[in-house]
Amino acid sequence: MNDKRVTNDDLKGGPAMESAGTLDRVNLDRELELLAADGFYDGKRALRVEGLTKRFPQPEGKRRGFWRRRPRFAALAGVTFAVEKNEIFGLIGMNGSGKSTLIRILSTLLAPDEGEVEVFGVDVTRNPARVRELINRVAVDAAFFKVLSGSENLRYASRLYGLWPQEARGRYNGLLRRIGFEPKRLKDQVKSLSRGERQKVAVVRAFMSTPALLLLDEPTTGLDPRSKREVQRLIRDMRAEAGTTVLLTTHDMEEAERLCDRIGILHEGRLITVGTPAELERRAGGPGEAATMEDVFLKFTGAEWLADENGG
Amino acid sequence: MSINVRALREFWCSVGFAERNFMLVKRYAGWEAVFLTYTIVSALTIGLIGVATGDQRLVLYLVIGAVLWGYLSILFHEVSECIAWERWEGTLEYTFMAPVKRFTQLMGNALYAITYGLVRAGVQLLVCALFFGISLAGGNFLTAAVVLVVSSLPFLGMGLACAVLPLLSRERGSQATHIFQALILLVSGVYYDVTVLPSWLQPLSVVSPATYTLRAMRAAVLDGVGLADVTTELWILVVSGVVLIPAGFACFVLGERWAKKTGKLKIEG
Ligand SMILES: Nc1ncnc2c1ncn2[C@@H]1O[C@H](COP(=O)(O)OP(=O)(O)OP(=O)(O)O)[C@@H](O)[C@H]1O
Ligand SMILES: [Mg+2]
Repeated sequence: MNDKRVTNDDLKGGPAMESAGTLDRVNLDRELELLAADGFYDGKRALRVEGLTKRFPQPEGKRRGFWRRRPRFAALAGVTFAVEKNEIFGLIGMNGSGKSTLIRILSTLLAPDEGEVEVFGVDVTRNPARVRELINRVAVDAAFFKVLSGSENLRYASRLYGLWPQEARGRYNGLLRRIGFEPKRLKDQVKSLSRGERQKVAVVRAFMSTPALLLLDEPTTGLDPRSKREVQRLIRDMRAEAGTTVLLTTHDMEEAERLCDRIGILHEGRLITVGTPAELERRAGGPGEAATMEDVFLKFTGAEWLADENGG
Repeated sequence: MSINVRALREFWCSVGFAERNFMLVKRYAGWEAVFLTYTIVSALTIGLIGVATGDQRLVLYLVIGAVLWGYLSILFHEVSECIAWERWEGTLEYTFMAPVKRFTQLMGNALYAITYGLVRAGVQLLVCALFFGISLAGGNFLTAAVVLVVSSLPFLGMGLACAVLPLLSRERGSQATHIFQALILLVSGVYYDVTVLPSWLQPLSVVSPATYTLRAMRAAVLDGVGLADVTTELWILVVSGVVLIPAGFACFVLGERWAKKTGKLKIEG
């Protein structure tokens, strides 16, 4: 088995201590080499999702049958796509379209009903433990122990991810400064931080473990415009410095356009289209007409287009 | 990675869970003081029943019951509620997504429960000893210590099995756990010999590990018996621990799998 996190150097407090505020490319590359050596990773594909389906009971459905089960609906219906290493892939779609459900399946928190999902060649159902070593996630609700201070929460996180607390401190202080969060405020209990401040700590908590695949579920929701930019810059830097692959959901179309190499649009559990922002805008606009990402969103999730698609 | 590094890492993580729980205890220091006072007072009032009868041996008999039950119920409670509590706090998904073996996570919580339970029970015992002027000189403390260690095992196992219940049903899981704990209190002879129970309840006292714990502990402290005299009880406790810990863990793993299938881990978002 591999382990990118606890090495002898770390235990001695060696070279890793110098990585204040930067991200650890060396360990990530080594981890991927090990995955390739074990026959999982093919050297370029970070994520493969094929025919992914997940059904949940309908909340208002009437229970029926011997088992008194509620009828179910598909929160994800046959979703298929792939993400290359180093790509920033965006998922957009209306509320309830299945974005968070997809991200939960990738984080091994939810088991798929049908289909295959591989993270760097590792199957999420068959080998969830190995997948967990490759990922980290920022959820919409920044999950913290609210009576503990920011630094206590980060200390706990560093143990979970096998980082030595001193090493982690160097990293998270640097990262926090990069998104305009004064590390002194980590002394405060999380409950006294504002929503945006918590979100920043959550972002840094995920980044400090240098995951190979970073899952960001609306990471900038609740941030002011400047902080938003800073987090977006950090996401880009993370990719450049550490070689991280990012899957991001957002309701901010400008952000999707600015950050993502490719964008997929989910609608009622189906991935209806995938393309670069420019491609999508070209397809949304008429001949000679320039469309914005918002036009793209409205067009692809609008009734007329979907009717066309189904009818034709 | 070598086996040692892997083992070290898992140990490191389990320390992380224990440390996190102690950090939380520190934050709730006021409540901790309140609960501790409450348990001490309740042990004292029970001991005073013995004083009223003028039977010094009965005082110690009752105090052992109160203190030991205090320890075992903390152990059981802390392990069985560790998931419910993270769900309430909203950190459950975060913890479940981390690259940590579930066993490590649960053992980290157990490590905390044992240390915390020992400290609390120790304080309780000390206060009772001073209050009643109890002399513990006649006790065999090697036996007592071994009984304490061994009896932790089945309680950890039962705690593990109950820990997953809140994933299956949010409120009913915790409710079931509390009822279960109350039942053990009733049938295990915490303040009386189990022979006084109605005959239809007696079979339950036979299957409760706490019955053997209390019997062996009383023999050690009241009569100062050596290990050889409580081997039956010790064997029963060891065997039930060896069965219940893997069984409890297996329940947990199955429950977790079911929760992931049905989407029960999610709280919001
Ligand atoms: N664990 C669950 N149990 C039952 N239903 C669920 C569960 N998780 C999601 N759903 C349902 O699945 C659908 C998709 O939810 P999901 O959270 O994936 O949407 P989303 O695209 O993230 O929406 P938003 O943009 O509002 O965050 C919703 O109808 C939701 O109610
Ligand atoms: Mg969502």
